[in-house]
This record gives sequence, structure tokens and C-alpha cells, in this order.
Amino acid sequence: MEIVIVSLLNGLVYGMLLFMLASGLTLIFSMMGVLNFAHASVWMLGAYFAYEVSRFIGFLPALIIAPLLCAAVGAAIEVWGLRRVHHNGHVAELLFTFGLVFIIQRSVQMIWGMLPMPYRVPAALDFPLFTIYGANFPAYRGFMLFISALMLLAIWLMLKKTRIGLIIQGALTHPNMVSSLGHNVPLVFTTVFAGGCGLAGLAGVIGGNYLVTESSMADAMGPIVFVVVVFGGLGSLGGCFIASILMGMIQTFAVVIDASIGDVLKPIGIALSSETLLGEILTVPMARIGPLLPYLLMVFILLFRPRGLMGTRDT
Amino acid sequence: MSTTLRAGAMPAPRSSLVGPIFRIFLIFALCMALPWLFYNYTTGRHSGFMLTMFSQMGMMAIFALSYNMLMGQAGLLSFGHAVFFGLGGYFCIHLLTAAGGGSLPVPLEILPLIAGLCSMLVAIVFGYMATRQRATAFAMITMGIGELVATAAVMFHAFFGGEGGVSSDRMIDRSLFGLTYSQGVQVYYLIVAWSFISILAMLYLTTTPLGRMANACRDNYERAQFMGYDPKFVRFIQFALSGLFAGIAGGLSAITYEIVTFDSVSGALSANALLMVFIGGTNAFGGPILGAVLITLMQSGVSLISNSWLVYVGVLFIGMVTFAPAGLAGLIAMHSPLQQAGRLKPLIVPYIRIVVPGLVTLIGFVGVVELLSFKTIGAAQGKKLVLFGNPIDATTAQPWLIVTGMFLLGGLWLWREGRWFHTLWEAMMADLKPKKGAAQ
Repeated sequence: MEIVIVSLLNGLVYGMLLFMLASGLTLIFSMMGVLNFAHASVWMLGAYFAYEVSRFIGFLPALIIAPLLCAAVGAAIEVWGLRRVHHNGHVAELLFTFGLVFIIQRSVQMIWGMLPMPYRVPAALDFPLFTIYGANFPAYRGFMLFISALMLLAIWLMLKKTRIGLIIQGALTHPNMVSSLGHNVPLVFTTVFAGGCGLAGLAGVIGGNYLVTESSMADAMGPIVFVVVVFGGLGSLGGCFIASILMGMIQTFAVVIDASIGDVLKPIGIALSSETLLGEILTVPMARIGPLLPYLLMVFILLFRPRGLMGTRDT
Repeated sequence: MSTTLRAGAMPAPRSSLVGPIFRIFLIFALCMALPWLFYNYTTGRHSGFMLTMFSQMGMMAIFALSYNMLMGQAGLLSFGHAVFFGLGGYFCIHLLTAAGGGSLPVPLEILPLIAGLCSMLVAIVFGYMATRQRATAFAMITMGIGELVATAAVMFHAFFGGEGGVSSDRMIDRSLFGLTYSQGVQVYYLIVAWSFISILAMLYLTTTPLGRMANACRDNYERAQFMGYDPKFVRFIQFALSGLFAGIAGGLSAITYEIVTFDSVSGALSANALLMVFIGGTNAFGGPILGAVLITLMQSGVSLISNSWLVYVGVLFIGMVTFAPAGLAGLIAMHSPLQQAGRLKPLIVPYIRIVVPGLVTLIGFVGVVELLSFKTIGAAQGKKLVLFGNPIDATTAQPWLIVTGMFLLGGLWLWREGRWFHTLWEAMMADLKPKKGAAQ
């Protein structure tokens, strides 16, 4: 029982972190049709910026400054990069962000080195918040939940209650119509791209010390965020939210389940050895198969429902 | 469905193949002679480094061309093509062990083909899933499959050998030509032979109805559908065949290195295929070969003297995406109308005016990158920084000022010359057009 509750909480924390990354990506993807490969790289930049800022000024200013820096990076990418290649089509834009991944990763390695950064949880938040069944729940995770819930609320209010939100919502489903109505769609694009990168930066600030701040963190996170966006469906923040939480839960729950498919088959009288590939697949414990599950889910959902969980149009 | 393919077949322009085939045989002869250029006559040995690099180029050329069967010819952007290369390698290494143990009476020369066929079987299964979609959904499914196989390769030991990989011995004493493959040059010739068989086969495929329909489905799949073709089926066949050639390349790599690790199915290799094909050029048949040669050269050449070759590849790639989306082959092809009109000569001076500031910028950029990466990575490895032949002290301000100045001023200069070159080019092209009309 305690495992279930602890895993639920951890899954929620991880899922909300994923959502912070994926929400920006899904906004960019649905609106501009650009699959921003560099999104996780901007997330990594957020963590490194936060480390630098918190070293000199403190963690709380970093919470504001690092996302703003990331938003500035995003705006620069959109204005000087994507707009230039836009006339060559979406594939060119995608490839442009794909090239950025290499450059950002190597630049980070060149500036900060290959070793992980000593970016730690601030001392003010480094205490156990409460104890369930003997397991401590760190206050910093509670803080992460608080920040991500705040962000969720802010996004929702901005999209539903403001004029710019209205235009963004319109551009999500009918980009051409919004443009025909006389709105400055390129400006909206830049705003959304910068906003999405800012969100990624925020996720980097609070995720950098929860996970580890190192130059390979973008490579580890990038594919998972794609899975979330595609799984949730294009143009749907709700689907993106569900997919994020689901992926967070899957990743945390898979780690604690030690059974394998073979264990289920055993009572029926089928004994398997792990000598062959098939036998090994069936006897490997769930805990080790965990990293595979998101990709399996994504491949299956794209096969049977290409628009994703709650998507409004085909990917 | 194959009957619909045949029934609607258009006459393939076979005569147009003669030129490319002649050129390919010329390159073939060149490749056969290549290792002897680096032959050390005093020790009587081939240069091992050069042989490995040329062998790598051969495999990568097959791999890049097979990737272009998807990207260039069928318009399918795949992010998991290394799966077929890597699985081909794993199949080949297991076959090699079996053949060496005597349980498989097959000569070594045939093994890459069998590995390729096994890879094709995998491509048939995965292709059935992936090719039902196109565009972004296809890209995402292939990425999912790629990550799936890459994760599985580390996880399962029975077939993939886990993190250590699978190794074997290529000297199995079973050869069509009585070769032992104890020397690198024999393996190199095996790779050259398979490269040319594969390249010729892929060149032939572009002229078949299948190749033509792949182009048609890329350009306008709805219209291809109206003509009675099934774009999904065309994509499927193209995907399976591309898996075959990628598997052959992977099998050759298994024979060359005698070890296959999870790196060969990794996303990094899939990305490499994309880089090679795009930088080389997707529209011309030979473009990917050009890209494979260039990237391998950068990978093994530049990585010897600098540990930031990925930055250079990344910048080159982004530059290509922004300024030359048709790749190197496209840049060369742009000159053909001028060449036909015999007007290449007036371009010599403008080219010099571009190349000089370009070199200044390049040197400045390389200097900035190397100084930066030396401070964080190189110094930690206890290396000494040597830039363009001179030992440099990265702690003083002088080298930093020089390279930053060269980079910024050179960039500004290049930008001005570039704008001038652009107007000149446009004028030359405009000058060419009325002549063409008059000739017709």
C-alpha cells in the first residue's frame, strides 16, 4: 500500500514536470507545425542557467531569470532561424531544430564541461514535508508540485480568459483563418515559441536539481517529451496533460513492480528460460522493461489512432 | 497489388542509365586503387587508419543511399533507420559465429546479403506499422521504433549481448575466392564490391516503376491514389528494400570490426544518416554518397585533432538547411546551366572574394570553439592546445581577442560579399533565361 501511495506522488511530480515541457512543445507543434527537436535542449539550458544564477543571486531569482533567458533564446531561434527557413517547408524547420540539438549540447559541454553540475536543492526547501508509512516526502517535491500547478493555472487563465489566449486558441485549430482575420500571426508564433521555451526553462529550473544537471539530460528527456505530445494528441492541452501524468505514473510504477510476464504464465504451467531472446523478453522483470513502455505505447497509439488520445487533427 | 504496379508501369528510361553506370565504374576503379596511394613501400604495409576510414566510407555510402530511398525518393523522414543497420550487424555477427563453428556452410562473402535479408524481414514487420502513416506520424513511429530497439539492445543479453555487445572472428576459412580476410585490405575490397553491387541495385531501383511511383507518392500522394496506385503499398515496399540495403551495410560493419554493440542501433547513428543524406543532397542520386564521404572524413579526420567535431557538423547542417536545402549535390547542380552556357569563368573572381572572408570567418570560428572547449574539456584531459600548428596559451587574453575579432569581422565581411555575390548570381541567371527561350 505504501508503495502505491509513494509511487503515485512521485509519478505526479514527474508527470507535472513532463507536462511543463510538453505543454510548450504541443503549443508550438500544433500552431506552427514545427516539431521542435531542440525543446529538451532549451530545458537543459534552463537548468544550467538556473545553476549559474542560483550560484550568484539565489534560487528564487533563478526561478524568474532562467525562464526569461530561455524565452529569449526561443525568440531568437524563431526570429533568426525558423523564419528564415520557413519558406522551405515544415521539414526544413524540423531539420533546423534538429541541427540545433547538436550545437546546444556541444556548446553546453564547451562552456560548462562534461561533468554534472553541483546544482542542488536550495537549503530552505531541503527538509521532509511529511512522512507516509515511514517514507519521507521531501518538501522540494511539494514545491515542484506547487509550481507546476501554479503554471497549469496560469496557462489555463491566459488561454481562456485573455484576448491573446483567444487568438492562440484560434491559431491552434485554424491557423489560416486567424491570419485571414488580420492578426499578426508571425508575432503570435514568436510569442508562443518564446513562451513554450520559457516554460521549458522553468521546468529546467525545478527539474535540474530534482534530476541531475548534465549535458546528456536533454538526450534522455527529448524522446519522452515527444512521446507525451504525440500520445496526447495534436492541438489538445488536455490530452497532453493526461499523457504527461500517465507517462509519469508508468515510469514510476514500472520501477517498483518486480514481476515479469513469465511470472504470470507460470501458474498456467508454462516455464520459460531466459536463454533465448523470446524467453528473455518474457522473463525480464517489469522494473527493467520500464524505459521501453512509453515507446511501445506511442507506436501502438499511432497505429490505431494517429491523432492521439484527444487530438483534433491527424499528426 | 504488385499487379497494379506492373499494369500501370510507365516505360522506364533505361537509356539514361548508361552515363551514371559509366561514372560508377570509373569511381569503382578509383576505389580499387585508393588503398595503394597510402601504401607504405618501405614497410610493405597499408595504412591502417586510411583503410578503416575508406571501409567506413563504403558502408556509410550504402547506409546513406538506403536512407535516401526513404527521405529523398519517397519523402519519408525516418528517425530510426539505424535499427536496420544495427540489426543487420547483429544478424551478421551471429551468422559469422555459426559459420565459424561449422554449423552454417556459407562463404563469408555471402553473409552480408543474408544479414540484409534478415534485416529486410524486420523492416517488413516494422514497415507494415510505420508506412501506414506518412509525414510527421511516420517520423514519430520510426523514432519510437528506433528508441524501442535501442533500449532493448542494452536490456536483452541473449541476442544483443547487453552493453558489451557481441563479438566474433571473421577468419572462418570459408571464402568464395580462397581469401582469409586476415588483412584489412581484403575486407576493404569486400566492402568495395558490396558497395558497388548495392549502389548499382539502388540506382536501378530508381528507374523501375516502383522508384518512379515512390517519387510520385512523395510529390502528390493523392494524385498517385487517383491513378490507381496504393501509396501505402509503395511506401511499404520502398521501406522494406531500404531495410535490405541498410542491413547489408550493417553486416559489412560487423565483418570489418568483428564486434557489434548497441551503438549501431542507437539514435545517434540514425541522426548521422539524416545528416549525411541532407548535407550531401537528397535530390541527386550521388548526393548521399558525397555526404557519407564528407561526414566520415569529418568524423574520423576531425575527431583526431579536435573533440568538438559535432559542433562543426551541426553548424554545417544548419547552414545547409538555411542556405542550401538541396545539399552539396544541389549546389553543384546549380552551376550546370552556367556550365552549359560556358559562363563559369566570370565566376572565378567572385568565388575568390567569397572564399577569402569565408576562410577568415572559419578560422575565427574554429579558434573560438577550440579555445572554449579547451578551457572546459581539453584542460581536464591534460592536453595542450595547438591551433593551426602553434601551441597557444588559452589563459591569456590575446588568442581570444584575435579569434573573436577574426570571427566577427570576417563574418561581417562575408555577409557583405555574400550579398554582392547573390545579386551577381541572380543577374547571371536572369541573363541566361532569354537565351534559353530564343534557342527554343
